[in-house]
Amino acid sequence: MEAVTIPPFEQFYEEHRDAVFRHLVRLVGRQRAEDAFQETFLRALRSYQKLEHGRHLKAWVFTIATRVAVDESRRRRPGVAIAEEIGLDGERPAYAQLEHLAAELPDKERAAVVLRYGYDLTYEQIADALDSSEDAARQAASSGVRRLRRRLT
Amino acid sequence: MTTVPTTLDRQFRDAAAAAGLLDVSYDIADTPVGPLLVAVTDRGLCRISYDPEPERETEQLARTFGARILRSARPVDPVKRELDEYFEGHRREFDLSVDLRGRSEFSRLVLEQLAKVPYGEVTTYGSLAARSGRPRAARAVGTIMNRNPIPIILPCHRVIGSTGSLVGYGGGLERKRRLLDLEHALV
Repeated sequence: MEAVTIPPFEQFYEEHRDAVFRHLVRLVGRQRAEDAFQETFLRALRSYQKLEHGRHLKAWVFTIATRVAVDESRRRRPGVAIAEEIGLDGERPAYAQLEHLAAELPDKERAAVVLRYGYDLTYEQIADALDSSEDAARQAASSGVRRLRRRLT
Repeated sequence: MTTVPTTLDRQFRDAAAAAGLLDVSYDIADTPVGPLLVAVTDRGLCRISYDPEPERETEQLARTFGARILRSARPVDPVKRELDEYFEGHRREFDLSVDLRGRSEFSRLVLEQLAKVPYGEVTTYGSLAARSGRPRAARAVGTIMNRNPIPIILPCHRVIGSTGSLVGYGGGLERKRRLLDLEHALV
């Protein structure tokens, strides 16, 4: 694939900050989204120079944001899943119902499920975000979903 | 649609700089010669651009200093303060370190000599070439002035032709004249 150069951070930040903020509001609520927002982009800055290309930066930063939200949620109220604190904004009802369960999945499955079903990223983008193959990403998402179904029934 | 609150945006920009995570911080300074893009690294001032459109400039800066570039006011504040004082006529020398990475050795040599040309005085391209150890390189010195990464602070406006004509200026002759007027350099 053609090399895609990494844009100046300012460009990347401006392009994704609003979407990342909305993502975090949806995950942890308005108030806590503010802390998580700063942490997300600080983490992104820390690994920015290690990126090898500028592809799928959206998937990449959404994965970071999701991890920050989950970490934060666990740290503050261990054992309580994220979505119990989510206000219902009605945007993605089907996914909102799964969200609190997704928080308890193993890391890779959770990220794959959140990115696939919550944010409609392609498996190619998810693979890139998770640093794995497309097959592995598809497998992680589907085994995550199987696990969720078992819990729902 | 929800967007990032301004205060949160500013907090992040401050935090990123405070954590030492940036290769380059920049901001826009309003001055009597127009808005300037001012950029600094942890080593010092690295760019002043008369073209305040950040997109072009940040890509250029990324190639020299690294991609972690963010608009962040605080690290740039000391430079803005000195520029304000200069334009108010209260400052004749700048007390700022500069970062000239990415320039050729000869360019750096010339720019270092340029920095010594005092406030309110002018010199010629030929004389600057001579002081840089290459008396016949007046033309090359002209090119280096034209590409000066840090105009005003490195005072290429104080370099004129041997006949007394202003010759040229990266930011346009009007600005060169304005800076020299401010310094009462042309009698």
